[in-house]
Amino acid sequence: MATGFLARERTVAPAGWSRWLIPPAALSIHLAIGQAYAWSVFKTPLAATLLPGNPNAGVLTALPFELGIIMLGLAAAVFGTKVDANGPRWAMVVASSCFVGGFLVSALGCYLGQFWLVVVGYGFLGGIGLGIGYISPVSTLIKWFPDRPGLSTGIAIMGFGGGALIASPLTTQLLAAFGGIGPGATAAGVGQTFLVMGIIYAIFMSVGWLLVRVPPEGWRPAGWTPPTTGVLAGKFDVSARNAIRTPQFWLLWVVLCFNVTAGIGILERAAPIWTDFFGAGAAAAAVTAAAAGYVALLSLANMLGRIGWSTTSDYLGRKNMYRGYLGIGALLYLTIMLTTNSSPVIFLICSMLILSFYGGGFATVPAYLRDLFGTYQVGAIHGRLLTAWSVAGVLGPLIVNAIADAQIAAKVSGPARYTTSFIIMIGLLVIGFICNELIKPVADKFHEERSTATTGAQA
Amino acid sequence: MTTPESTQESTHDKPANMLLIGIVAWLWVLIPFAYGLYQLLIKIPALFAG
Repeated sequence: MATGFLARERTVAPAGWSRWLIPPAALSIHLAIGQAYAWSVFKTPLAATLLPGNPNAGVLTALPFELGIIMLGLAAAVFGTKVDANGPRWAMVVASSCFVGGFLVSALGCYLGQFWLVVVGYGFLGGIGLGIGYISPVSTLIKWFPDRPGLSTGIAIMGFGGGALIASPLTTQLLAAFGGIGPGATAAGVGQTFLVMGIIYAIFMSVGWLLVRVPPEGWRPAGWTPPTTGVLAGKFDVSARNAIRTPQFWLLWVVLCFNVTAGIGILERAAPIWTDFFGAGAAAAAVTAAAAGYVALLSLANMLGRIGWSTTSDYLGRKNMYRGYLGIGALLYLTIMLTTNSSPVIFLICSMLILSFYGGGFATVPAYLRDLFGTYQVGAIHGRLLTAWSVAGVLGPLIVNAIADAQIAAKVSGPARYTTSFIIMIGLLVIGFICNELIKPVADKFHEERSTATTGAQA
Repeated sequence: MTTPESTQESTHDKPANMLLIGIVAWLWVLIPFAYGLYQLLIKIPALFAG
């Protein structure tokens, strides 16, 4: 158990503590660890300075990110129970230490000219920080906002989507300032960028663990009484150990995995997709700029979907939201397939909605878990569910890239390159839709005794 | 410490400095977020330039 300043008992909110301080605490963690999505900015400088002339530089420089996402899922699953037991401050300190430590080890790797240290530092150590950091505020937010769990977790998880928006231009500017890119780029310049970013994130994330508090036992918002009706009213508590024995957990695992895979189907190759659909006959510079604009628009849709759809789920219900993400998502992919490049407007609307559903799926899942399994160990259950993300992170790019590469090799051009990928995505979304329909309330035998759940409840 | 019966938006009465902490905390996260959002939005017009 954590002791001293990090002890859970020390984080119980004193009189006068506003619950509206918890979202910025969560955001300071999620906006930082969301940097992972901006990893691609480091790829070219690392290839040029640490792996010059290496024919596999492209694959090798992707390793830190890929390992980071795998570690995210594993760390969330392995440490989820500990996060729930030790409380959010302990979790945020550990997450900050690992995440920042990853940057510092990477900086050392650059100074010493050892690329493997970047892989171990950013990918392994930093990835553990990603996993613990991602789940650290979730159960606390749900307990502070039992009346609006979708809104509260949506804010935090939107932060993860928004982290890359900050990190991408910041990294580019630091690399330019320290000589990590451009003619005469040096590994020391890249290392200095890692070092300074590590320091910046250490300071930025400190607000999270300084501000976060858990509500006193039995606390509830003014005028709010727990709902007693509705299929998924969250009346019961299920332990993390029991949750993974339920079909509901694994059905939701498939739902999340396939929803993420379908989103990555577009996100992974957004710029080439735009070029293949609308690039024919246009000037190269204009197409490149337009493709960058398309990627930016998708990022915006992804972020807005996280806060918008997750908040809507508080009113429409979690199951209905996933019906939309998966069912409408499949229809949108079908629309893109049928209209191909005949209308840029239809293409933009469809792909933005698909990406908003991708973000919405991430942000709505903690509240869905709370509805199904209660708040008792929702953080630990969420951690275990995030292994679906790790699988999707490998599955999605694998499907889209392998098929696109095969089509390119077969001299297929234009939108036809993506027909097979899109058919697979539609199939996955339909399977996810069916799994969502099969989710029913958890059987009584998995419920905790009320007294056990109350005394053991951790935020 | 509040009792389980506390049902205020905050856990009890709000001291004056809580508002200040709240404003600083939200600015701490919103200012970098606004910077990132601005950097994103300026790329979008290129999509409609052609």
